Amino acid sequence: MEKENNKKLTDKIWNFFASIKLAITVFALIALTSIIGTIIEQRADPEKNIQILSKLFGESLGPTMFSIFDKLGFMDMYHSWWFTALLILFSVNLIICSLERLPKTLKIIKDPIAPVSDEQIKNFLINKEVILKAKPDKIKDKVALAMSSVGFKNFQEIKEDKGYQLFLQKGRYGRLGVYVTHFSILIILIGAILGMRFGFNGYLNIPEGVVSNIAFSTNGKEIPLGFEIRCDNFDVEFYGASDMPKEYRSWLSIIKDGQIVVQKSIVVNNPLVYKGITFYQSSYGFIPENAGRGILLLGITSREGKTSEFQLRLGDTFHIPGSTISGKILDFSPALKVDEHGHAFTYTNQMNNPAVLIAFFDSDKHKYTGWILRRYPETGQLPEGHRIVFKDYWGVEYTGLQVRKDPGVWVVYLGCIAMSIGLFIAFFISHRKVWIKIIEDKNNSKILIGALANKNRVTLEKKIDKLISILRKNHEGR
Amino acid sequence: MNSSFLFGLSTMAYIFAMMIYITYLAFRKSSVGIFATIITVIGFVSQTFAIFLRWKEFADLSGLGLIRSAPLTNLYESLIFFVWCLILGYLIIEFKFKNRSFGAFITPIAGLALAFIDLTGVTKEIQPLVPALKSNWLLAHVTMSFLSYAAFALSFSTSIMYLIFTTEKGKDLSYVFWTITFGCFVVILIAMGIDFLTFKVAVKPDIFIKSYLFKSSFMNPSGIIKIISWIVTIAVLFLVWKYGYILKTAIMKFNISSEILDEITYKSIAVGFPIFTLGGLIFGAVWADQAWGRYWSWDPKETWSLITWFIYAFYLHGRMIRGWRGKKIAIVAVIGFTAVMFTYLGVNLLLSGLHAYGSK
Repeated sequence: MEKENNKKLTDKIWNFFASIKLAITVFALIALTSIIGTIIEQRADPEKNIQILSKLFGESLGPTMFSIFDKLGFMDMYHSWWFTALLILFSVNLIICSLERLPKTLKIIKDPIAPVSDEQIKNFLINKEVILKAKPDKIKDKVALAMSSVGFKNFQEIKEDKGYQLFLQKGRYGRLGVYVTHFSILIILIGAILGMRFGFNGYLNIPEGVVSNIAFSTNGKEIPLGFEIRCDNFDVEFYGASDMPKEYRSWLSIIKDGQIVVQKSIVVNNPLVYKGITFYQSSYGFIPENAGRGILLLGITSREGKTSEFQLRLGDTFHIPGSTISGKILDFSPALKVDEHGHAFTYTNQMNNPAVLIAFFDSDKHKYTGWILRRYPETGQLPEGHRIVFKDYWGVEYTGLQVRKDPGVWVVYLGCIAMSIGLFIAFFISHRKVWIKIIEDKNNSKILIGALANKNRVTLEKKIDKLISILRKNHEGR
Repeated sequence: MNSSFLFGLSTMAYIFAMMIYITYLAFRKSSVGIFATIITVIGFVSQTFAIFLRWKEFADLSGLGLIRSAPLTNLYESLIFFVWCLILGYLIIEFKFKNRSFGAFITPIAGLALAFIDLTGVTKEIQPLVPALKSNWLLAHVTMSFLSYAAFALSFSTSIMYLIFTTEKGKDLSYVFWTITFGCFVVILIAMGIDFLTFKVAVKPDIFIKSYLFKSSFMNPSGIIKIISWIVTIAVLFLVWKYGYILKTAIMKFNISSEILDEITYKSIAVGFPIFTLGGLIFGAVWADQAWGRYWSWDPKETWSLITWFIYAFYLHGRMIRGWRGKKIAIVAVIGFTAVMFTYLGVNLLLSGLHAYGSK
């Protein structure tokens, strides 16, 4: 008695999880709750969200709503216990729904196609009748020919009392597409869990010339890399004279036991991978504290065409080779602009328009002072015919790297491939069954055609109409 | 011949086709119908050439090579591609269902969308790409996303037509639903129209949305105008609810059955869903993984595409397994497209004040 009750309970639980009603309820719940997280900024500064909530609910209610929402986990809702619970419910439902239906589907797939009676054919959703003037023996080959010309090959054939029956089924494995799709979702979720469990997601800002053996997780915790990474150089290219970046690139070196093992320059969409850890180019910036300590790279071409290169610091003096002219580096600006009064000022704290102020002397006598801008090479043309090229101010920028280790990503990709295949099968391959009976009817042949399809019935019907027209044509053209 | 000439030609062709399709509806002469189809095809062909020309122009300008220079990188280009997909989908339906009546419904959307782009001065210039968009995934991800959006747009129009067609005026929930949805679309379009007329601005759409959208109505600094806007909104919703049934008589003229509408809704979703999953979600995730090292980060755009995906999954399971038909499922299809609109425009435009997307 008790056992029976238990069985009933497990049955009830099973049926609960196997129901489509639960599935679509979960779909709706996930969709609806997800909206919240797109309005409230996730894992953000509380101030920001209090502001957003005050806009939505009014100044007085904002902070109260914030504390309620915060308790409900809305500030990091995709990682909250209840959203995780929804995802688990979704997965369990997915598994049990599939298990519940799979045996029936497998049975349908395994079942061989059997001949049918005339009455059965007439009850199919697609059923046609054609009468041709000839005996079944003569018609049969023409029917077979017409069938193979519309792609109905490998059919079975039996002899019946008054004629023949030809029949076949196609695309029965199309019924498995749904299961492949469902299974692929699970694979993706498993991949995601693997990534969360055994991987990490962090960032690392390295100034030019600096080495690091750690990265930082989003909450600021240190993550040891197991090797060292150095930013050798960083550079941004802009579109023309605009401040819209065209490309930014970091030159990185991986150092293991004091040896450089890998060197690569990375840009957005082209990361560096070493020992399962991937470094993505994600941002960049200027370090104001280093502004006085960078190394200035100048290329100098004298009037006679002789080129030489200099590495200088703020305050250094250089001589233009083969002349009496010397320059002294006075100042540097990461982004120089000139206002309407002609005063130069720095307009942003990024190295968008770097400029260097140089005072020039002829035999120690001051001649003139001017800004040389990297973006405008003509500013480096001196009246005496010498030319100064502002190449770089090294050591004052950092590269912002996204650092990731995700051993689950290949599982996720595998799941994505399975999902693509599964959806294709599920939507575009239909299980079709076709029966054609050729029945002797006085001196004529009555041809009955019946067909079934689990989807895209219209397409199958069109195919059968085509078959009939081919058959008629062949018959008349004999 | 350059791309803008051909774009202009296709705009005119679609508007002209719209008039002929309406004439066709009124007089039901098959020669008129064939003429309408021919004009639509001419518009489509010239638009196709225009897109390829712009592609070429872009490639020449950017020097990135053909694959990376697909003209799909800003609102202007994506709207054009959307219209192209919509007309393609319509032509397929006209061919498959041998019914021209939808033409009177689809060509106005296409023609007006193109004219709207012209009138509002959405920037047409070929814009340089930010580093994140320089990827081979751009082409696959964006084309497939828009193909699916167009399929969903078709399902939206047929499901709205289905609701108009099958509901009686009054308190029937389905009637209230479609009149309110329809009314909201009308109100938003009118409000945006007023913004354009008031400010006469020709700026990039994202700047327009941030600084001007609804500033002449709902977001006006003056409290009175705000209140008037809301009153007008309620009035419009009420009027659509009160007189919406008139549309039903108009659709009756289309000579189509509610079954065909239901069938087209389903077919469009059945085509759109796998393309959206592959191109929108999967390719998007792969690209994000390459660019930022995260295939999924619950960013608003990603989340909204997931929401869209779940709504259409809801539709498919409800219809195929639960056997839902009729108004219930048509409502789901309408909601699905609202989510598509939000994924495409709403996230970038409305939530961009809160989240910076793609600016990394």
